[in-house]
Amino acid sequence: MYAVRRWSVRHAGGLNRFYNGLERVLVALAPVWRAIGYERLERPFAFLERLVKGLLFDCKMCGQCVLSSTGMSCSMNCPKNLRNGPCGGVRANGNCEVKPEMRCVWVEAWTGAGRIKGGLEKIAVVQLPVDRRLEGRSSWLKVVRERTEPPKAEAKK
Amino acid sequence: MRFDDEPTAGGALPILPGHTSPGRLERVLRAGGFAITTELAPPDSADPEEVYRRARVFDGYADAINATDGSGANCHMSSLAVCALLTRIGYAPVMQISCRDKNRIAIQGDILGGAAMGVCNMLCLSGDGVQSGDHPQSKPVFDLDSLSLLQIGTTMRDKSTFQSGRKLTAPPKVFFGAAENPTVVPLEHRASRLAKKVAAGAQFIQTQYVYDMDRLRDFMRRVEDLGLLDKVFLLIGVGPFKTAKGAEWMRNNVPGMHVPDALIKRLAGAEDQAKEGRQICVDLIQEARSIKGVHGVHIMAYRQEESVAEIVDRSGVLEGRVPWYPNRDTNLEGNSP
Repeated sequence: MYAVRRWSVRHAGGLNRFYNGLERVLVALAPVWRAIGYERLERPFAFLERLVKGLLFDCKMCGQCVLSSTGMSCSMNCPKNLRNGPCGGVRANGNCEVKPEMRCVWVEAWTGAGRIKGGLEKIAVVQLPVDRRLEGRSSWLKVVRERTEPPKAEAKK
Repeated sequence: MRFDDEPTAGGALPILPGHTSPGRLERVLRAGGFAITTELAPPDSADPEEVYRRARVFDGYADAINATDGSGANCHMSSLAVCALLTRIGYAPVMQISCRDKNRIAIQGDILGGAAMGVCNMLCLSGDGVQSGDHPQSKPVFDLDSLSLLQIGTTMRDKSTFQSGRKLTAPPKVFFGAAENPTVVPLEHRASRLAKKVAAGAQFIQTQYVYDMDRLRDFMRRVEDLGLLDKVFLLIGVGPFKTAKGAEWMRNNVPGMHVPDALIKRLAGAEDQAKEGRQICVDLIQEARSIKGVHGVHIMAYRQEESVAEIVDRSGVLEGRVPWYPNRDTNLEGNSP
Protein backbone atom coordinates (compact mmCIF):
# COMPACT_ATOMS: atom_id res chain seq x y z
CA MET A 1 0.00 0.00 0.00
CA TYR A 2 1.40 3.34 -1.07
CA ALA A 3 0.74 5.15 2.25
CA VAL A 4 2.33 2.33 4.28
CA ARG A 5 5.26 2.23 1.89
CA ARG A 6 5.95 5.88 2.54
CA TRP A 7 5.54 5.38 6.29
CA SER A 8 8.19 2.66 6.10
CA VAL A 9 10.69 5.04 4.51
CA ARG A 10 10.06 7.57 7.26
CA HIS A 11 10.76 4.81 9.77
CA ALA A 12 13.64 3.28 7.86
CA GLY A 13 16.00 3.41 10.86
CA GLY A 14 13.75 1.40 13.14
CA LEU A 15 12.77 -1.08 10.45
CA ASN A 16 16.41 -1.65 9.59
CA ARG A 17 17.27 -2.32 13.24
CA PHE A 18 14.32 -4.69 13.46
CA TYR A 19 15.48 -6.51 10.34
CA ASN A 20 19.03 -6.81 11.64
CA GLY A 21 17.64 -8.47 14.79
CA LEU A 22 15.47 -10.79 12.71
CA GLU A 23 18.42 -11.68 10.52
CA ARG A 24 20.52 -12.59 13.57
CA VAL A 25 17.77 -14.88 14.87
CA LEU A 26 17.28 -16.51 11.46
CA VAL A 27 21.01 -17.06 11.03
CA ALA A 28 21.30 -18.49 14.57
CA LEU A 29 18.55 -20.94 13.71
CA ALA A 30 20.33 -22.12 10.56
CA PRO A 31 20.87 -25.66 11.92
CA VAL A 32 17.12 -25.96 12.42
CA TRP A 33 16.38 -24.78 8.88
CA ARG A 34 19.01 -27.14 7.53
CA ALA A 35 17.47 -30.05 9.44
CA ILE A 36 14.02 -29.29 8.02
CA GLY A 37 15.41 -28.67 4.55
CA TYR A 38 15.62 -25.30 2.80
CA GLU A 39 13.57 -26.36 -0.19
CA ARG A 40 10.75 -27.50 2.09
CA LEU A 41 10.86 -24.12 3.85
CA GLU A 42 10.94 -22.12 0.65
CA ARG A 43 7.18 -21.81 0.15
CA PRO A 44 6.17 -20.97 3.74
CA PHE A 45 9.03 -18.47 4.04
CA ALA A 46 8.22 -16.83 0.72
CA PHE A 47 4.57 -16.67 1.75
CA LEU A 48 5.44 -14.97 5.04
CA GLU A 49 7.89 -12.62 3.39
CA ARG A 50 5.40 -11.62 0.71
CA LEU A 51 2.83 -10.89 3.42
CA VAL A 52 5.07 -8.79 5.66
CA LYS A 53 7.19 -7.03 3.06
CA GLY A 54 4.26 -6.68 0.69
CA LEU A 55 2.39 -4.74 3.35
CA LEU A 56 5.33 -2.62 4.46
CA PHE A 57 7.16 -1.96 1.20
CA ASP A 58 4.92 -3.08 -1.70
CA CYS A 59 7.60 -5.76 -2.07
CA LYS A 60 7.79 -7.28 -5.55
CA MET A 61 9.53 -10.48 -4.35
CA CYS A 62 12.62 -10.13 -6.50
CA GLY A 63 14.19 -12.67 -4.15
CA GLN A 64 17.38 -10.63 -3.63
CA CYS A 65 16.32 -7.92 -1.25
CA VAL A 66 18.41 -4.76 -1.03
CA LEU A 67 16.04 -2.70 1.15
CA SER A 68 18.82 -1.98 3.66
CA SER A 69 20.80 -0.39 0.83
CA THR A 70 17.90 1.63 -0.56
CA GLY A 71 16.61 3.37 2.56
CA MET A 72 13.74 0.84 2.88
CA SER A 73 12.29 2.12 -0.40
CA CYS A 74 11.80 -0.94 -2.64
CA SER A 75 13.54 -0.12 -5.92
CA MET A 76 11.57 -2.79 -7.76
CA ASN A 77 8.63 -0.38 -7.51
CA CYS A 78 10.49 1.84 -9.96
CA PRO A 79 8.68 1.30 -13.29
CA LYS A 80 12.12 0.85 -14.86
CA ASN A 81 13.29 -1.50 -12.08
CA LEU A 82 16.30 0.74 -11.50
CA ARG A 83 18.36 -0.66 -8.63
CA ASN A 84 21.15 1.87 -8.70
CA GLY A 85 19.59 5.31 -8.49
CA PRO A 86 17.01 7.45 -10.25
CA CYS A 87 16.72 7.98 -13.99
CA GLY A 88 17.05 11.43 -15.50
CA GLY A 89 13.33 11.92 -15.78
CA VAL A 90 12.39 12.68 -12.17
CA ARG A 91 9.80 15.47 -12.09
CA ALA A 92 10.49 18.80 -10.45
CA ASN A 93 8.19 17.83 -7.55
CA GLY A 94 10.16 14.63 -6.97
CA ASN A 95 7.59 12.37 -8.59
CA CYS A 96 8.06 9.59 -11.13
CA GLU A 97 8.29 10.23 -14.87
CA VAL A 98 6.23 7.15 -15.70
CA LYS A 99 3.72 7.33 -12.82
CA PRO A 100 3.24 11.05 -12.15
CA GLU A 101 1.19 10.42 -8.99
CA MET A 102 3.97 8.38 -7.32
CA ARG A 103 7.06 9.72 -5.53
CA CYS A 104 10.25 8.62 -7.25
CA VAL A 105 11.36 5.55 -5.29
CA TRP A 106 14.94 6.89 -5.40
CA VAL A 107 14.06 10.28 -4.00
CA GLU A 108 12.43 8.28 -1.20
CA ALA A 109 15.45 5.99 -0.98
CA TRP A 110 17.83 8.80 -0.08
CA THR A 111 15.40 10.08 2.53
CA GLY A 112 15.30 6.63 4.09
CA ALA A 113 19.03 6.02 3.72
CA GLY A 114 19.70 9.13 5.78
CA ARG A 115 17.76 7.50 8.61
CA ILE A 116 19.66 4.21 8.55
CA LYS A 117 23.03 3.89 10.28
CA GLY A 118 25.55 3.64 7.45
CA GLY A 119 22.69 3.96 4.96
CA LEU A 120 24.37 6.63 2.86
CA GLU A 121 27.45 4.45 2.39
CA LYS A 122 25.32 1.46 1.45
CA ILE A 123 23.28 3.35 -1.13
CA ALA A 124 26.53 4.26 -2.91
CA VAL A 125 27.39 0.60 -3.57
CA VAL A 126 26.76 -0.59 -7.14
CA GLN A 127 24.10 -3.31 -7.21
CA LEU A 128 24.73 -6.26 -9.50
CA PRO A 129 22.34 -7.28 -12.29
CA VAL A 130 19.23 -8.95 -10.92
CA ASP A 131 19.09 -12.75 -11.03
CA ARG A 132 15.59 -13.25 -12.42
CA ARG A 133 15.55 -16.93 -11.35
CA LEU A 134 15.13 -15.82 -7.76
CA GLU A 135 11.83 -14.03 -8.40
CA GLY A 136 9.17 -15.19 -5.95
CA ARG A 137 11.68 -16.88 -3.65
CA SER A 138 12.58 -15.95 -0.08
CA SER A 139 15.34 -13.40 0.39
CA TRP A 140 15.60 -14.21 4.08
CA LEU A 141 16.49 -17.85 3.47
CA LYS A 142 18.95 -16.78 0.81
CA VAL A 143 20.70 -14.52 3.32
CA VAL A 144 20.82 -17.29 5.93
CA ARG A 145 22.37 -19.67 3.44
CA GLU A 146 24.90 -17.08 2.27
CA ARG A 147 25.92 -16.42 5.85
CA THR A 148 26.22 -20.02 6.92
CA GLU A 149 27.27 -21.99 3.87
CA PRO A 150 30.58 -21.80 2.02
CA PRO A 151 30.20 -19.94 -1.28
CA LYS A 152 29.43 -22.18 -4.22
CA ALA A 153 32.06 -22.56 -6.92
CA GLU A 154 31.81 -19.77 -9.50
CA ALA A 155 30.07 -20.28 -12.82
CA LYS A 156 31.94 -22.46 -15.26
CA LYS A 157 34.66 -20.60 -17.05
CA MET B 1 43.77 16.96 -35.11
CA ARG B 2 45.30 14.57 -37.62
CA PHE B 3 46.91 11.29 -36.65
CA ASP B 4 49.95 10.03 -38.55
CA ASP B 5 48.45 6.59 -38.51
CA GLU B 6 45.11 7.66 -40.01
CA PRO B 7 43.54 4.45 -41.35
CA THR B 8 41.46 3.97 -44.46
CA ALA B 9 37.74 4.54 -43.95
CA GLY B 10 36.22 1.75 -41.96
CA GLY B 11 39.60 0.52 -40.70
CA ALA B 12 40.51 0.74 -37.04
CA LEU B 13 43.09 3.05 -35.50
CA PRO B 14 45.68 1.32 -33.33
CA ILE B 15 44.87 1.38 -29.61
CA LEU B 16 47.26 3.78 -27.90
CA PRO B 17 48.79 2.92 -24.51
CA GLY B 18 46.35 3.73 -21.71
CA HIS B 19 43.41 3.70 -24.11
CA THR B 20 40.65 1.11 -24.12
CA SER B 21 39.34 1.66 -27.63
CA PRO B 22 40.74 2.39 -31.07
CA GLY B 23 38.27 5.26 -31.37
CA ARG B 24 38.74 8.92 -32.23
CA LEU B 25 36.55 10.19 -29.40
CA GLU B 26 38.73 8.61 -26.75
CA ARG B 27 41.84 9.93 -28.52
CA VAL B 28 40.55 13.49 -28.68
CA LEU B 29 39.51 13.44 -25.03
CA ARG B 30 42.71 11.86 -23.75
CA ALA B 31 44.75 14.29 -25.82
CA GLY B 32 43.05 17.11 -23.91
CA GLY B 33 40.87 18.35 -26.76
CA PHE B 34 37.46 19.91 -26.19
CA ALA B 35 35.27 17.27 -27.78
CA ILE B 36 32.08 17.83 -29.73
CA THR B 37 29.56 15.05 -29.99
CA THR B 38 26.16 15.32 -31.54
CA GLU B 39 23.10 13.25 -32.12
CA LEU B 40 21.70 11.65 -35.23
CA ALA B 41 18.02 10.80 -35.19
CA PRO B 42 17.77 7.37 -36.86
CA PRO B 43 15.32 7.49 -39.77
CA ASP B 44 11.97 5.74 -40.09
CA SER B 45 13.31 4.16 -43.20
CA ALA B 46 15.27 1.22 -44.57
CA ASP B 47 17.31 3.43 -46.88
CA PRO B 48 20.97 3.74 -45.83
CA GLU B 49 21.33 6.97 -47.79
CA GLU B 50 19.01 8.63 -45.26
CA VAL B 51 21.47 7.77 -42.52
CA TYR B 52 24.40 9.13 -44.49
CA ARG B 53 22.51 12.29 -45.36
CA ARG B 54 21.79 12.88 -41.70
CA ALA B 55 25.44 12.28 -40.77
CA ARG B 56 26.92 14.52 -43.48
CA VAL B 57 25.45 17.71 -41.99
CA PHE B 58 27.92 17.32 -39.12
CA ASP B 59 31.01 16.90 -41.32
CA GLY B 60 33.93 18.76 -39.84
CA TYR B 61 32.12 19.70 -36.65
CA ALA B 62 31.70 16.54 -34.59
CA ASP B 63 34.16 14.09 -33.09
CA ALA B 64 31.48 11.46 -32.68
CA ILE B 65 27.85 11.02 -33.63
CA ASN B 66 25.40 9.40 -31.24
CA ALA B 67 22.86 7.08 -32.80
CA THR B 68 19.87 7.06 -30.48
CA ASP B 69 18.24 3.78 -29.52
CA GLY B 70 14.49 4.23 -29.82
CA SER B 71 14.71 7.62 -28.12
CA GLY B 72 11.58 8.80 -26.39
CA ALA B 73 10.43 5.17 -26.73
CA ASN B 74 9.62 5.82 -30.39
CA CYS B 75 10.36 3.24 -33.04
CA HIS B 76 13.14 4.05 -35.54
CA MET B 77 16.03 2.28 -37.28
CA SER B 78 18.13 0.52 -34.64
CA SER B 79 21.16 2.20 -33.14
CA LEU B 80 23.31 -0.82 -33.95
CA ALA B 81 22.39 -0.68 -37.63
CA VAL B 82 22.92 3.08 -37.89
CA CYS B 83 26.33 2.68 -36.27
CA ALA B 84 27.27 -0.17 -38.57
CA LEU B 85 26.38 1.98 -41.59
CA LEU B 86 28.37 4.90 -40.23
CA THR B 87 31.52 2.90 -39.48
CA ARG B 88 31.50 1.54 -43.04
CA ILE B 89 32.60 4.93 -44.27
CA GLY B 90 34.73 5.82 -41.29
CA TYR B 91 32.48 7.87 -39.03
CA ALA B 92 32.92 7.49 -35.27
CA PRO B 93 29.51 6.73 -33.84
CA VAL B 94 28.42 6.40 -30.24
CA MET B 95 26.06 3.45 -30.04
CA GLN B 96 23.36 4.10 -27.50
CA ILE B 97 22.13 1.05 -25.64
CA SER B 98 18.88 1.34 -23.77
CA CYS B 99 17.75 -1.28 -21.23
CA ARG B 100 14.13 -0.76 -22.14
CA ASP B 101 13.86 -3.01 -25.15
CA LYS B 102 16.37 -5.84 -24.73
CA ASN B 103 17.47 -8.29 -22.12
CA ARG B 104 21.07 -9.08 -21.27
CA ILE B 105 21.34 -11.85 -23.86
CA ALA B 106 20.45 -9.48 -26.69
CA ILE B 107 22.48 -6.60 -25.31
CA GLN B 108 25.70 -8.57 -24.89
CA GLY B 109 25.26 -9.84 -28.43
CA ASP B 110 24.91 -6.25 -29.64
CA ILE B 111 28.03 -5.14 -27.78
CA LEU B 112 30.05 -7.84 -29.50
CA GLY B 113 28.43 -7.21 -32.86
CA GLY B 114 28.82 -3.45 -32.60
CA ALA B 115 32.48 -3.72 -31.68
CA ALA B 116 33.04 -6.18 -34.52
CA MET B 117 31.64 -3.61 -36.93
CA GLY B 118 33.99 -0.95 -35.68
CA VAL B 119 31.86 0.81 -33.08
CA CYS B 120 34.30 2.18 -30.52
CA ASN B 121 31.96 4.08 -28.20
CA MET B 122 28.87 2.84 -26.42
CA LEU B 123 26.56 4.79 -24.17
CA CYS B 124 24.74 2.80 -21.49
CA LEU B 125 21.27 4.11 -20.74
CA SER B 126 18.24 3.01 -18.77
CA GLY B 127 15.89 4.31 -21.46
CA ASP B 128 12.69 6.32 -21.53
CA GLY B 129 9.55 4.60 -20.29
CA VAL B 130 7.37 3.06 -23.01
CA GLN B 131 4.50 5.32 -21.97
CA SER B 132 6.21 8.32 -23.56
CA GLY B 133 6.52 6.86 -27.05
CA ASP B 134 4.49 5.72 -30.01
CA HIS B 135 4.07 2.14 -28.75
CA PRO B 136 2.79 2.52 -25.18
CA GLN B 137 1.19 -0.92 -25.51
CA SER B 138 4.59 -2.65 -25.63
CA LYS B 139 6.34 -4.54 -22.84
CA PRO B 140 9.11 -2.62 -21.06
CA VAL B 141 12.04 -5.03 -20.53
CA PHE B 142 14.43 -3.38 -18.07
CA ASP B 143 16.24 -6.63 -17.35
CA LEU B 144 19.29 -4.46 -16.53
CA ASP B 145 19.71 -0.87 -15.44
CA SER B 146 22.30 1.50 -16.86
CA LEU B 147 24.79 0.61 -14.12
CA SER B 148 24.53 -3.13 -14.35
CA LEU B 149 24.79 -2.71 -18.11
CA LEU B 150 27.99 -0.69 -17.69
CA GLN B 151 29.34 -3.33 -15.43
CA ILE B 152 28.54 -6.13 -17.84
CA GLY B 153 30.02 -4.19 -20.76
CA THR B 154 33.27 -3.38 -19.00
CA THR B 155 33.55 -6.97 -17.77
CA MET B 156 33.23 -8.17 -21.35
CA ARG B 157 36.02 -5.80 -22.35
CA ASP B 158 38.37 -6.17 -19.39
CA LYS B 159 37.85 -9.77 -18.31
CA SER B 160 36.84 -11.08 -21.71
CA THR B 161 33.79 -12.91 -20.42
CA PHE B 162 30.02 -12.74 -20.69
CA GLN B 163 28.11 -12.08 -17.48
CA SER B 164 27.70 -15.84 -17.24
CA GLY B 165 31.46 -16.23 -16.96
CA ARG B 166 31.74 -17.87 -20.37
CA LYS B 167 34.91 -16.75 -22.16
CA LEU B 168 35.04 -14.52 -25.22
CA THR B 169 37.69 -15.29 -27.81
CA ALA B 170 38.18 -11.56 -28.51
CA PRO B 171 36.87 -8.87 -26.16
CA PRO B 172 35.07 -5.75 -27.46
CA LYS B 173 37.48 -2.78 -27.35
CA VAL B 174 35.00 -0.14 -26.37
CA PHE B 175 35.03 3.27 -24.69
CA PHE B 176 32.03 3.10 -22.36
CA GLY B 177 29.89 6.05 -21.40
CA ALA B 178 26.76 6.85 -19.46
CA ALA B 179 24.32 9.70 -19.05
CA GLU B 180 23.57 11.97 -16.16
CA ASN B 181 21.07 14.72 -15.61
CA PRO B 182 22.70 17.40 -13.44
CA THR B 183 19.78 19.80 -13.36
CA VAL B 184 16.87 17.71 -12.12
CA VAL B 185 15.70 16.38 -8.77
CA PRO B 186 17.26 15.00 -6.58
CA LEU B 187 19.91 17.66 -7.26
CA GLU B 188 21.95 16.93 -4.15
CA HIS B 189 22.39 13.27 -5.10
CA ARG B 190 23.11 13.57 -8.81
CA ALA B 191 26.87 13.72 -8.24
CA SER B 192 26.83 10.59 -6.07
CA ARG B 193 24.88 8.85 -8.80
CA LEU B 194 27.65 9.89 -11.17
CA ALA B 195 30.21 8.45 -8.76
CA LYS B 196 28.35 5.18 -8.87
CA LYS B 197 28.40 5.17 -12.66
CA VAL B 198 32.14 5.81 -12.65
CA ALA B 199 32.58 2.97 -10.17
CA ALA B 200 30.58 0.74 -12.51
CA GLY B 201 32.94 1.59 -15.37
CA ALA B 202 31.73 4.80 -17.08
CA GLN B 203 34.65 6.52 -18.81
CA PHE B 204 32.73 9.40 -20.32
CA ILE B 205 29.44 11.07 -19.53
CA GLN B 206 27.06 12.81 -21.89
CA THR B 207 24.55 14.76 -19.86
CA GLN B 208 20.98 15.47 -20.73
CA TYR B 209 20.11 19.05 -21.76
CA VAL B 210 21.59 21.62 -19.41
CA TYR B 211 20.01 25.05 -19.61
CA ASP B 212 20.79 26.16 -16.07
CA MET B 213 24.49 26.84 -15.66
CA ASP B 214 24.12 27.63 -11.94
CA ARG B 215 22.81 24.17 -11.33
CA LEU B 216 25.60 22.77 -13.49
CA ARG B 217 28.24 24.64 -11.47
CA ASP B 218 26.73 23.28 -8.22
CA PHE B 219 26.81 19.81 -9.68
CA MET B 220 30.42 20.18 -10.82
CA ARG B 221 31.45 21.39 -7.37
CA ARG B 222 30.00 18.22 -5.89
CA VAL B 223 31.68 16.15 -8.59
CA GLU B 224 34.98 17.76 -7.67
CA ASP B 225 34.37 17.18 -3.96
CA LEU B 226 33.88 13.50 -4.71
CA GLY B 227 37.26 13.47 -6.44
CA LEU B 228 35.84 12.51 -9.82
CA LEU B 229 37.21 15.26 -12.05
CA ASP B 230 40.15 13.26 -13.36
CA LYS B 231 38.29 9.96 -13.43
CA VAL B 232 35.72 10.67 -16.11
CA PHE B 233 35.29 12.88 -19.19
CA LEU B 234 32.21 15.05 -18.90
CA LEU B 235 30.40 16.26 -22.00
CA ILE B 236 27.59 18.68 -21.29
CA GLY B 237 24.35 18.29 -23.22
CA VAL B 238 23.10 21.39 -25.01
CA GLY B 239 20.69 22.17 -27.82
CA PRO B 240 19.03 25.10 -29.59
CA PHE B 241 15.37 25.99 -29.16
CA LYS B 242 13.48 27.16 -32.23
CA THR B 243 10.81 29.13 -30.42
CA ALA B 244 9.89 30.15 -26.87
CA LYS B 245 6.68 28.17 -27.28
CA GLY B 246 8.65 25.09 -28.26
CA ALA B 247 10.91 25.53 -25.25
CA GLU B 248 7.91 25.75 -22.98
CA TRP B 249 6.37 22.68 -24.57
CA MET B 250 9.58 20.71 -24.09
CA ARG B 251 9.83 21.82 -20.48
CA ASN B 252 6.33 20.55 -19.81
CA ASN B 253 6.35 17.40 -21.89
CA VAL B 254 9.85 15.99 -22.19
CA PRO B 255 10.93 14.06 -19.09
CA GLY B 256 13.99 15.44 -17.36
CA MET B 257 13.94 18.93 -18.88
CA HIS B 258 14.69 21.88 -16.64
CA VAL B 259 14.51 25.23 -18.40
CA PRO B 260 14.74 28.44 -16.34
CA ASP B 261 12.03 31.07 -16.88
CA ALA B 262 14.65 33.71 -17.67
CA LEU B 263 15.78 31.73 -20.69
CA ILE B 264 12.27 31.38 -22.06
CA LYS B 265 11.73 35.10 -21.53
CA ARG B 266 14.93 35.87 -23.42
CA LEU B 267 13.72 33.75 -26.31
CA ALA B 268 10.22 35.22 -26.30
CA GLY B 269 11.61 38.75 -26.35
CA ALA B 270 13.78 38.15 -29.39
CA GLU B 271 12.80 39.33 -32.86
CA ASP B 272 14.14 36.18 -34.51
CA GLN B 273 13.53 33.45 -31.95
CA ALA B 274 15.32 30.70 -33.86
CA LYS B 275 18.42 32.85 -34.19
CA GLU B 276 18.27 33.73 -30.50
CA GLY B 277 17.87 30.04 -29.70
CA ARG B 278 21.11 29.28 -31.53
CA GLN B 279 22.82 32.20 -29.81
CA ILE B 280 21.70 30.86 -26.41
CA CYS B 281 23.20 27.52 -27.36
CA VAL B 282 26.50 29.19 -28.30
CA ASP B 283 26.49 31.02 -24.97
CA LEU B 284 25.80 27.79 -23.09
CA ILE B 285 28.70 26.04 -24.83
CA GLN B 286 31.11 28.84 -24.02
CA GLU B 287 29.95 28.98 -20.42
CA ALA B 288 30.16 25.21 -20.02
CA ARG B 289 33.66 25.28 -21.42
CA SER B 290 34.78 27.71 -18.73
CA ILE B 291 33.79 25.28 -15.97
CA LYS B 292 36.55 23.13 -14.54
CA GLY B 293 36.15 19.46 -15.38
CA VAL B 294 34.06 19.95 -18.52
CA HIS B 295 35.70 18.14 -21.45
CA GLY B 296 33.27 18.83 -24.22
CA VAL B 297 29.68 19.29 -25.26
CA HIS B 298 27.06 16.98 -26.63
CA ILE B 299 24.81 18.93 -29.01
CA MET B 300 21.31 17.56 -29.42
CA ALA B 301 19.58 19.57 -32.13
CA TYR B 302 16.58 17.45 -32.91
CA ARG B 303 15.06 18.51 -36.24
CA GLN B 304 17.58 21.35 -36.46
CA GLU B 305 20.63 19.23 -37.10
CA GLU B 306 21.79 21.58 -39.83
CA SER B 307 22.29 24.30 -37.19
CA VAL B 308 25.01 22.33 -35.37
CA ALA B 309 27.80 23.42 -37.71
CA GLU B 310 26.95 27.10 -37.27
CA ILE B 311 26.64 26.77 -33.50
CA VAL B 312 30.00 25.02 -33.15
CA ASP B 313 31.61 27.47 -35.51
CA ARG B 314 30.38 30.49 -33.61
CA SER B 315 31.27 29.05 -30.23
CA GLY B 316 34.89 28.84 -31.36
CA VAL B 317 35.57 25.84 -29.12
CA LEU B 318 37.23 23.80 -31.85
CA GLU B 319 39.95 26.44 -32.11
CA GLY B 320 40.60 25.65 -35.74
CA ARG B 321 40.61 21.89 -35.23
CA VAL B 322 38.66 19.99 -37.89
CA PRO B 323 37.26 16.67 -36.64
CA TRP B 324 37.71 13.84 -39.10
CA TYR B 325 35.04 13.08 -41.68
CA PRO B 326 35.11 11.04 -44.87
CA ASN B 327 37.35 12.78 -47.42
CA ARG B 328 38.42 15.44 -44.93
CA ASP B 329 42.05 15.08 -45.78
CA THR B 330 41.51 15.37 -49.52
CA ASN B 331 39.16 18.33 -49.02
CA LEU B 332 41.56 20.18 -46.79
CA GLU B 333 44.70 19.18 -48.60
CA GLY B 334 47.62 20.72 -46.89
CA ASN B 335 45.48 22.83 -44.55
CA SER B 336 44.82 20.35 -41.80
CA PRO B 337 46.58 21.00 -38.52
